[in-house]
Amino acid sequence: MFAVSAVTALIVLFMTLGLIERSTLIVETIPLRDLLFSGTWNPDQGEFGFAPFIIGTLYVTGLAMVLAIPPSILMAVYLAEYAPKRVRSIVKPLVDVLAGTPSVVCGLWGVLLIVPLIRDYLAPLVGIETTGYSVLAGGLVLAIMVCPIIVSITDEVIRAVPKAIKEASLAVGATKWQTIKHVVVRSAFTGIIAAIILGFGRAFGETMAVLMVVGNVPAIPNSIFAPAYPIPALIANDYGEMLTIPLYESALMFAAFLLLVIVFAFSVAASILLRGIKRKYVLEQAN
Amino acid sequence: MEMSTLLVVGGLLSIVIVVLVKGAPSLSIAMLTQTSNGGYYLGKEGGILNAILGSLYLAGGATAIALAVSIPTALYLNEYASRSRFAGFTRNSLDLLWSVPSILYGVFGFIIMIYIGLGTSLLGGIIALSLLELPIMIRAMDEVLRSVPQGLREASYSLGATKLETATRTVVKQALPGLLMAVLLALGRALGDAASVLFTTGYTDSLPTSLFQPVASLPLAVFFQLGTPFPEVQQRAYASGFILLVIILSISIASRLLTTRFNRFVIK
Repeated sequence: MFAVSAVTALIVLFMTLGLIERSTLIVETIPLRDLLFSGTWNPDQGEFGFAPFIIGTLYVTGLAMVLAIPPSILMAVYLAEYAPKRVRSIVKPLVDVLAGTPSVVCGLWGVLLIVPLIRDYLAPLVGIETTGYSVLAGGLVLAIMVCPIIVSITDEVIRAVPKAIKEASLAVGATKWQTIKHVVVRSAFTGIIAAIILGFGRAFGETMAVLMVVGNVPAIPNSIFAPAYPIPALIANDYGEMLTIPLYESALMFAAFLLLVIVFAFSVAASILLRGIKRKYVLEQAN
Repeated sequence: MEMSTLLVVGGLLSIVIVVLVKGAPSLSIAMLTQTSNGGYYLGKEGGILNAILGSLYLAGGATAIALAVSIPTALYLNEYASRSRFAGFTRNSLDLLWSVPSILYGVFGFIIMIYIGLGTSLLGGIIALSLLELPIMIRAMDEVLRSVPQGLREASYSLGATKLETATRTVVKQALPGLLMAVLLALGRALGDAASVLFTTGYTDSLPTSLFQPVASLPLAVFFQLGTPFPEVQQRAYASGFILLVIILSISIASRLLTTRFNRFVIK
């Protein structure tokens, strides 16, 4: 059994090393500054500027988080503090089940509902012509995919706040809302941040759904109605060309490595925060 | 606040509703029972049986492998090494792996495939998917095994059972509903995942015949059908999406119902 566990524990290592090894070619050929900051993406001519993709990824993910965080936290507060038992017992499992909808189906929904919505209603409101395949579409689809994660973790964290603290606050005369705003959310704050970070990590790596609605144009998007090209979409779309152009494969592996590093960073940050909360509450209860 | 809840739940439900409403009209028995012929993506006859079977083989194979690795690992982490640094290290690695996007599992699977000289095939997809499933399954099983009361284990030891006997006969039985749910959770994830099978399994029109041939999968069927310029084929994409959604939601709901049924056998 130990051997099996040992193998599992080392998978992370193997993955990271594997990706590093296959990216070495392009990192040696093109200086890192050009790779990361140049805006020209022309693989046929050996120009691999990742800037449009990095910016595109940040743009879409950032928008998704801005769209997802407020409703998710409010919903979690509602479920944890206000909702009657019956509502919570229906909504929570429902959200958990729906959180498992496959990525392609969410992408399909995006193509069927969101893209036409943007093209026919939202963009004309602002007076812009667009195909609908845009940063906004990617952001909306990603936001709905990320909400269940944020809601689920935030709900758990809020419920973990000891009753004594809430009762103490009510006892000194605060209203329920004041208690939530000043006491509960403050106590659960690190957990909420951790939930957001985990959501971020998921949003960064989400491939298929975003790929289907975001336009996939390798240029830096100049508005939320413009198409973008996030890193996972790049890897998914161009894997076919990988084996034909020699440096291309290495470039895509480098993109994958960048993605891995970002996602790991988020995951580690969230873990540290969540562990800090557990320690805090254990200490408090011991007192 | 209630508005936020309605917004989020409404959004999630609208995914299901839109796909159902758009997909149902194009659904037909032919889709489910025939494979795609050459002209399928150009609007001619055929169905997506190749994709349905392919997905089942992929997810089934991957779940079997993941299961074979997860149960020993989860048991080891909980019964033998619970407080050790090794357990902490493994759990941390698994937490990291849990957040890795599925496309990176596809990339890593691809690297392994190049290394061992395998082309795009069923086996390649199974490798990538089992890597994807591992963190999900082990983490869920770990949670379940942790919640088994220590008193149960101690009672078993006091009757003279060895660690192995306690682990495999007592603890596993107690945790069985949760373990089942972990397996079905991972299975559902594997069935719906497109990014990891995209370049490890490829796509094909024929039924899965061997481990070393490319295989069609349902998520990719949806993806490719959607990308054609023919409206009839796009309609079929909606129907395929409908089928995929129904399969995954049924597994999810079934796993919850089954665990509540099995909970009868669990000591509280």
